[in-house]
Amino acid sequence: MVGVALGIAAIAATLAMAAGCVLPERARVVWVGILTAASATAGGVAGIAVLAGSARFTANYPDLLPLGGIRIEFDALSAIFTVAAALVAVPASIYGIGYGLHGPSSRPVQVAYPLLVWSLMMVPAAGNVTGLVVLWELMAISSLILVLAEHQHNPEARTAAQWYAVVTHLSLLAIVVALLILAHGAGGESFAAMRSGAGRLGPGVTSVVFLLALLGFGAKAGVVPVHVWLPRAHPEAPSHVSALMSGAMVKLGIYGVVRVGWDLLGGGPGWWGAVVLIVGLASAMFGILHALLASDLKRLLAYSTTENVGLIFIGIGAAGLFASTGNRPLAAVALAAALLHVINHAAFKGLLFLGAGSIHSATGTRDLDSLGGLARRMPVTAATFAVGALAIAALPPLNGFVSEWLLLQSLVHSLPSKAVAVAVAMPVAVAVVALVGGLVAATFVKAFGTAFLAMPRSVEAEQAHESPRTMQIGLVALAGMCVALALAPTVLAEPLRRATVAVAGLSSGRPIHTNGVYLQLSGIQAGLSPLLLATGLGVMMVVALAVVRRRRVHHTVRDIPAWGCGRTLQTARMEYTATSFAEPLQRVFDDVLHPEIDVDVDHRTESRHYIEAIRYRRQTRDAFEQRLYLPLLGVVRRAGDAARRVQNGSIHRYLTFSLITLIVVLIAAR
Amino acid sequence: MAVPRVVSTRFGAGGEKHRHKPEHDRERAAVLNLVRKIIRVGRVTEPHDADPAPLEGVVAATADRLHGSVQVRQVDAGSCNGCEAEFSAAFGPVYDVERFGVRLVASPRHADVLVVTGPVTKNMAEPLVKTFEATPGPKLVIALGDCARNCGVFAGGYGVAGAVADIVPVDIEVPGCPPSPDAIVAALRQIAGR
Amino acid sequence: MSLTGTAVALLQVVLTIAAAPFLVGVMRLIRARLEGRVGPPIVQPWRDLRKLLGKDRMVSDNTGWVFSIAPLVLLASATLVAGIVPFLSTKSALDQVGDLFAVVYLLLLGTVFLSLAGLDAGTAFGGMGSSRAMTITAIAEPTVLVAIFALSVSTGSSNLGSIVAATLAHPATAASPESLLAFAALAVVTIAETGRIPVDNPNTHLELTMIHEAMVLEYSGPDLALIELAAHLRLVVFLGLLSNLFVPWGIATTAQPLQLLGAAVAVAVKIVVLAAVIAIVEVFMAKVRLFRVPELLAASFVLAFLAVTASFFLA
Ligand code: SF4
Repeated sequence: MVGVALGIAAIAATLAMAAGCVLPERARVVWVGILTAASATAGGVAGIAVLAGSARFTANYPDLLPLGGIRIEFDALSAIFTVAAALVAVPASIYGIGYGLHGPSSRPVQVAYPLLVWSLMMVPAAGNVTGLVVLWELMAISSLILVLAEHQHNPEARTAAQWYAVVTHLSLLAIVVALLILAHGAGGESFAAMRSGAGRLGPGVTSVVFLLALLGFGAKAGVVPVHVWLPRAHPEAPSHVSALMSGAMVKLGIYGVVRVGWDLLGGGPGWWGAVVLIVGLASAMFGILHALLASDLKRLLAYSTTENVGLIFIGIGAAGLFASTGNRPLAAVALAAALLHVINHAAFKGLLFLGAGSIHSATGTRDLDSLGGLARRMPVTAATFAVGALAIAALPPLNGFVSEWLLLQSLVHSLPSKAVAVAVAMPVAVAVVALVGGLVAATFVKAFGTAFLAMPRSVEAEQAHESPRTMQIGLVALAGMCVALALAPTVLAEPLRRATVAVAGLSSGRPIHTNGVYLQLSGIQAGLSPLLLATGLGVMMVVALAVVRRRRVHHTVRDIPAWGCGRTLQTARMEYTATSFAEPLQRVFDDVLHPEIDVDVDHRTESRHYIEAIRYRRQTRDAFEQRLYLPLLGVVRRAGDAARRVQNGSIHRYLTFSLITLIVVLIAAR
Repeated sequence: MAVPRVVSTRFGAGGEKHRHKPEHDRERAAVLNLVRKIIRVGRVTEPHDADPAPLEGVVAATADRLHGSVQVRQVDAGSCNGCEAEFSAAFGPVYDVERFGVRLVASPRHADVLVVTGPVTKNMAEPLVKTFEATPGPKLVIALGDCARNCGVFAGGYGVAGAVADIVPVDIEVPGCPPSPDAIVAALRQIAGR
Repeated sequence: MSLTGTAVALLQVVLTIAAAPFLVGVMRLIRARLEGRVGPPIVQPWRDLRKLLGKDRMVSDNTGWVFSIAPLVLLASATLVAGIVPFLSTKSALDQVGDLFAVVYLLLLGTVFLSLAGLDAGTAFGGMGSSRAMTITAIAEPTVLVAIFALSVSTGSSNLGSIVAATLAHPATAASPESLLAFAALAVVTIAETGRIPVDNPNTHLELTMIHEAMVLEYSGPDLALIELAAHLRLVVFLGLLSNLFVPWGIATTAQPLQLLGAAVAVAVKIVVLAAVIAIVEVFMAKVRLFRVPELLAASFVLAFLAVTASFFLA
């Protein structure tokens, strides 16, 4: 069953690539979309089958490649990530049909897209080093091509792709080195061999492997301080690709950390967990503060991805800490929270990126400050984007709330504990999760409020139209997933148990119990029923509506101007913009963010007391980019300049070099 | 936070003398003074007459639908602020019109009654109309003071657009230049029915 | 979900809705008396609501569905919380439906919708109120969750019923340092979240100083009634949480009518005492500048953090 499904996925993806190659433009877009959706559906079915109880699937193709060939090991942990990828990929592919007909439809893009989807689903299924590295590289290359999709009208895309290419390949280097050390020490390059042989490595060596893997996979996950490529590359890709990158691709970094650190290496000392936790806390804070100030919608979403990956890292790090202090049941809860958030984030971030894409293709801009009033012009996009925004803000009764609740439960119930590290780290972690939660709510009130509500702030927004049907289907499907994932805890408990059990270094037993309606945790006296919360809210709203409407005394007066304090003119220029919405919080976090603010005041020529115009500009630069990467790049550039002096193209100089080399060799060989 | 704070402001050399007491001492003294005052003064509200005079006709029907809850939005359409002074006195401790269920609100959307003062100036005519239109029905308009009724001393002024009744329909008039708080309270009590 | 539990939850909801406007009436009366006035009768807030239900509902042409459903969501979230929080009995049916975290996020849901509604009107003041409300809520969040952390450490659960039951079983914990610190922290947050002085002034008429009022400037008639009722409910819910989490005595541990009656009286007395304290303190205070509010909330966060630390190091 699993094997068949994976086979179908591969065949469909190949067909899609072929279709992308040979078909004419319009048919190409349609068939690539359909076949990729089919491929993703098959991959999703395979994942769900494993999560629902099928045995894990292994296969070996020793002759497919030199070195070790390719091995497939598809267990429940892999399945979580494959399902997350499929969850975004199916709607994104359908969405891509409508999106591609008006946008990126060139051959390279249409070939790279199915390849990206397929490799995203297959990376977690790799069962040896060669397989992982090959699939990883396929994923990196195909996504790089897609980031460049719009480079002709958008020079930003080129810079973004440069950053992306460099970071992704340096991270691949770290991953390969880590896995080679591990494979060498364990005496085999299949995951099974590494798992059983990891014990032969000394503690120092395992820690080096872990840190290298954390660096490499962390860069893919987009955590601080190796996140710099993410807020550049994600916004520049076509939106359904951004959805895949943020919803699925960054998750593979998380997969790598869990797989290598707590499965292949079997877990380690407590500080591994602490490091992951600290990275998670920093990423969450950093990501959300930048998202808060961003007024480019896709950049905002990209930074919010860093924040969500941070939350997932917090869960994993906490699980590592708990496991090292012997509290396995709690570690399982924390890990389950992290894995659930992987799936949830795939759903709502995919949805939000698709929504941003619809806005972009309707108005041609991503700048929140020139949007507005889209709710009545694009009702489907507005409603689905609202679902995504509420879900990402962890508001009940949507899916983001369930995973945030699980995460908080696992953090809060770590005390009383004998370990001082836990006692110090957990209150900080809870505080950060809480602050991040509040700021996410503010960020997405800003994003939804300025993009969709009130009056349009530009002609483009004024003339916006709802996007084509296929794009709407993608949006509605993902919004439906956000609701379904929240209301069906029964369905989630067992898969999460299987997935956590697959991570030997962290977990044992069953983290979540359920009796159909309630979600209960093992060893923790706390319950939650998203289904009943939703019902309660619904009933109360209906009752309130009935009470208000029962008395037919009042009537509704519509289509009157808003109350603008008696002003004669009420225009969109008086509305709060995204920039002004974030201003109070920007002041509060001034010392952390150091935004650059320029205020230019033009005076009238007649008198300095009369003002012609005031311009306000705010820009927040990425502190890591400014302080870490740009100086580093400066050093590299200077080294390059120095090297150029040696290699100046003069044939005489090269002959001299050869001569000197010859002499040195002769002397050395004597 | 990068909010500039004024640490201390000095007005000339004499200011130095008053600053010898630490801040919290002064604060505590202020609070104690207030407590003493509250206890010493007690209640200063004057007792009220038995019942307000009944309204008539359409105005009475509208007032009935308010069920004894009167939210007031005050519009200064060009007054000299004499009427405002008396109007705010009506909400002070002595006249305390709030005891009859009258409250000031910040938006015409929340209001039942518009209290308009002053002759309506040309610049305030449109805002006044907008305010009236923004008020949800059932609603009433009180023209407060002689200016509001018939432009009073400003009649014929170059900036005057007319009396309130020329701009929006007026339901109740309160004469006087300025009207006494008693008269204002009486008018509001008529609407509140208490 | 047992039948008696459901009955208790429903009873709680009905009683809190009935009592909430009276509580606001009491606070206004206390304030009036301290100002030397007679003050409005305590049924006045109910009269206001009744009148608002019969007034026109005005919907401006800028607004859309968010503006229309925001009052409903706000009220629904507040009523749901009123059913979850143990006012009368630890045996409410909703106890397993949501814990303290769920309560916090439900209240956040209401705030988010109200802020969106503020933006939906498209007026400068609506946006200003939304931006400020979200700022304060975001900064208050760490205090709330860390204080919950402190409470759940000593009882081993974030479930409201369990926390209350644990305090009933070990009365000494009510006076423990972590409990007192957490109380102080949550008290500050209560002030901020219910829009009382010194964070927000519910009586202000100056738009530039508004937070809550600025968001609702555009609402009228029945919609306004829903929002006002929800605001009253949130006040009761916060004060009820403060009183029953830290001083739970009087609460029923069964669902017997007599016990429930006693519990209702007990919780009413506790809430009125807290409300009176707030009303009295407000007379002596002015609203602080908006950019001083984060400092106030940071101080409350320190208290909450100390509460957690105390529960670890003093345990
Ligand atoms: S009626 Fe008298 S007090 Fe009132 S505005 Fe006119 S001049 Fe001023």
